[in-house]
Order: sequence, then structure tokens, then C-alpha cells
Amino acid sequence: MSFRGLSSLTVLAGERFAYEGPGNPWFSWRYVRDNSETILAALREHATLTAQAVVIAAVVALPLAVVAYWFRPLTGPILALSGVLYTIPSLALLAFVAPYVGTTNPASVLIALVLYALLLMVRNTLAGLNQVPEEARDAALGMGYGRLGRLLRIDLPLALPGIITGVRLATVSTVALVTVGSLIGFGGLGDLILGGFRNNFYKAEILTGTILCVGLALVLDLLLAGIGRLLTPWARGSVR
Amino acid sequence: MNPIEQAIVWLNDPLNWTNPGGVLDRLGEHLYISAAAVALGCLIAWPVGLWLGHTGRGGGAVVLISNLTLSIPTIALLTILPLTFLGFGKPPVIIALAVFAIPPLLANAYTGVRQVDPETREAARGMGLSGGQVLRRVELPLAVPYLAAGFRTAAVQVIATAALASFVNGGGLGQIISAGFGLGMSVGGGQILAGGLLVAVLAVLVEGVLAVVERAVTPRPLRRTRGRAARRQAAPVGKA
Repeated sequence: MSFRGLSSLTVLAGERFAYEGPGNPWFSWRYVRDNSETILAALREHATLTAQAVVIAAVVALPLAVVAYWFRPLTGPILALSGVLYTIPSLALLAFVAPYVGTTNPASVLIALVLYALLLMVRNTLAGLNQVPEEARDAALGMGYGRLGRLLRIDLPLALPGIITGVRLATVSTVALVTVGSLIGFGGLGDLILGGFRNNFYKAEILTGTILCVGLALVLDLLLAGIGRLLTPWARGSVR
Repeated sequence: MNPIEQAIVWLNDPLNWTNPGGVLDRLGEHLYISAAAVALGCLIAWPVGLWLGHTGRGGGAVVLISNLTLSIPTIALLTILPLTFLGFGKPPVIIALAVFAIPPLLANAYTGVRQVDPETREAARGMGLSGGQVLRRVELPLAVPYLAAGFRTAAVQVIATAALASFVNGGGLGQIISAGFGLGMSVGGGQILAGGLLVAVLAVLVEGVLAVVERAVTPRPLRRTRGRAARRQAAPVGKA
């Protein structure tokens, strides 16, 4: 018994991983069956955080991109600011937010997620708006569209491919980013990954979390791509 | 004391900088891990990207690799790799970070060669240059601005990702933040904020320095064109 304790101490001291063998497989259905509730709860938390972040970010990003589009002098500053903010590592952002919002509050994670998703969406929406052909805008002007009418009926529909690209990128990167929240226990599937690591390197738990995370990203990406195809029937064949 | 005052007090304590495991130690680790990861990424991604660009094949694969790595959570690789034959220590962390450095390096190297004017390439062939010579003497010099842009993106990405290595006790400045969270908000609040500040400043600093480098290696006529925006758009970058 004491022998065993000693050997696990050497492992903890960082020698070499010694748990290879049949006791700790990379994947086990038994783990999935026995912990289905925990896994589903983590998946639900993950999906909820992602959805909240993407929706909030979209609601803020769209007007911001339109402002940058309408008032050209603001385009540079908005893009530059978003570039600098995007440079800040997520862990640092979490460290800035957590002392004020609290470590027992998922909002700490959500704020960081919204900010990064926001930046991706603003950039892509603006790129989409800037790709609207000059002729189409001129024609709309000639037909008597006002500023708002042209935005709603001409500019935004034509910018849809860019907007959808932004939403897809933001969604996929948000799904991966949620896991960082596991530092304060609100990481969705990241809690499984990190929990497995801390729980004596429980490989099945780590890999289950990883597979579900990547799977969630792929499913959401395909879903959004499908929605995009439905919304932009004219772009079929040219857009992925 | 509010967290900001706490953070200032923490940063003002010289022992927090010079102690073993203090800021200077952690900064050294952070830079070492990041530099090794970026170097490894360049070693793999640049030859492959340049060659694929030269032959004009594999564009789909480049996009696929970028999108796939976008959906892999950093924490997953950081926890999985130490449990493989790599063992604990710095190598698995460096490899995990290199994986996230490869997409921007690869995509930019590929795009950099592809964007070379076909007439230039034809002229080089007409002068009797062999395929390898065209790549070395014509395509490579013209792709340098793209390589620099990819390098900058990858380096900033790796600096940000390296902060997450602390989740698996991999060292780096993130360790200060994680330790702060471990202490709890009332004691460690200042340390969390201070650590976040250090990580953020490092990332922004590296971004700034490499922006200057990118400008310096870009030939003057190419600086003020829309090429710069195109170079930065060559690959969607994951967020860490």
C-alpha cells in the first residue's frame, strides 16, 4: 500500500506518466454510460454559453458594422480598436473581468466570449457591406431608396454572405473558446477535459469532452452553412 | 482595497518579480515556449506551404486544415499530448502550441506564392529557370510580405495560447493568473489582474514589434496597396 503511494508520488513529481495500460483507456463506453447526466449537463452548458455569446454579439455587431459603413471616418478606428482587443489573450481578458463580475458567475466567461465573437462579426459584416457593388447602390439611389431603405432592402441582403461567414467563424471559435472558462468552472465541456486531467489523468473523460466539443463546432458550422445557403439562393455555386 | 489597487501593490513588490516562479521566471518560460513553438511551426508549415503554392495543388487541404484547427480547443491538445508517449514537460506544450501556429503560417505561405503574377512566373521560366529556381529566386522573394504577415499572426496567437499552458502546469505567465484564481478573489484578486495585464501587454507588444518587422521586410512599392488587408485575411485565425 505504502509502496503504491510512493510510486504515485513520483508520478506527481513529474517523472514520466506511468498509468499506461488497460486501466485507463482513451475511450470507454462505460464512462459515457455511467456519466451520461454529467456529460449532457456539460454539453448543455457549452451550447447555451455559445448560443448566448453568438446572439448577443450579433445583436451588437450588426449596428456597429452599419455605423462603420455609413460613417467612413469611423471605419478605421473601429477596425483598429477591434484588432487590438482581439490581440488580448482570452485568459488575460478573463482575468480582467473576473475580479469585478465574480468567479462564481458564468457572466465572466460570457463577456469574454461576446467580445471576441463581436470582433469577428464586425469585421466580416463590414467586409460584406463593402463588397456591395457600386452599381447596385447607385441603382437603389436612383430608384428613390432612402438611406435606411437601401440598407434594409439592398445593402444587408447583398452583404449576407459576409455576415454568415462572420457568424460561422464566430460560432466555431466560440465553441473552442468556451473551454477556457473551465478555469473558473464554467467551461462546459472544458470542465470535462480539465476535470479529467486533474482527476488522475482520466483519459476517457478528456477525450469524450474533446470529441463532443469538436463535434458541436462541426454540427453548428454545418447548420449555419445550411441556413446561409437557404438565405442566399443566388450565391449557390460560388459560396462554399 | 479594490482589485486595481491590489494589482498595483502586487506589481510593485520586487519579490513578485525576482522570486523563483516570479514574473521574470515566468516571462522567460513564456518566451521560450512560444519561440520554440513558432520555430517548429515555421519549420513545418513554410516548406509545405511554399511547395503547395508552387505546384498550385492542395489549396483545399490548406483551407481544411485551417478550419479544423479552428474547432479544436487549445485545452484539449494541452491535456491530451502529455498523456501520450511525449510525456510531461515542455515538449508536449510546445507541440500543442505549434499546431495552432501552423494554419496561419501555412495559409499565408500558400497564398504568398499563389498571388505571384503568372506573367512573372512565365518570364522566369522563359529565361530558363528550373522549377526549383523559380521558387527560390522569384516566388519566395515575392512571398516574403505574406510570410511575414503569417509569422506575425502565428506569433501573437502562440503568445496568447501559451498563457493557457498554465492549465496543465506548463509554465508561462498564465501560471500567475491560475495561481491567483487558486488563492481566491479576496487574496488573489490583485495577482489575477496583474497577471492578466502582463499577458495582455506581452501580446500587444509582440504584435507591435512584428508589425514593424513586417513593414520592414515588405518592399516599398507593396506597402500602400490593398495587399496588406489581403495578407491578413489569408487565414481565419483561432482565438485562444
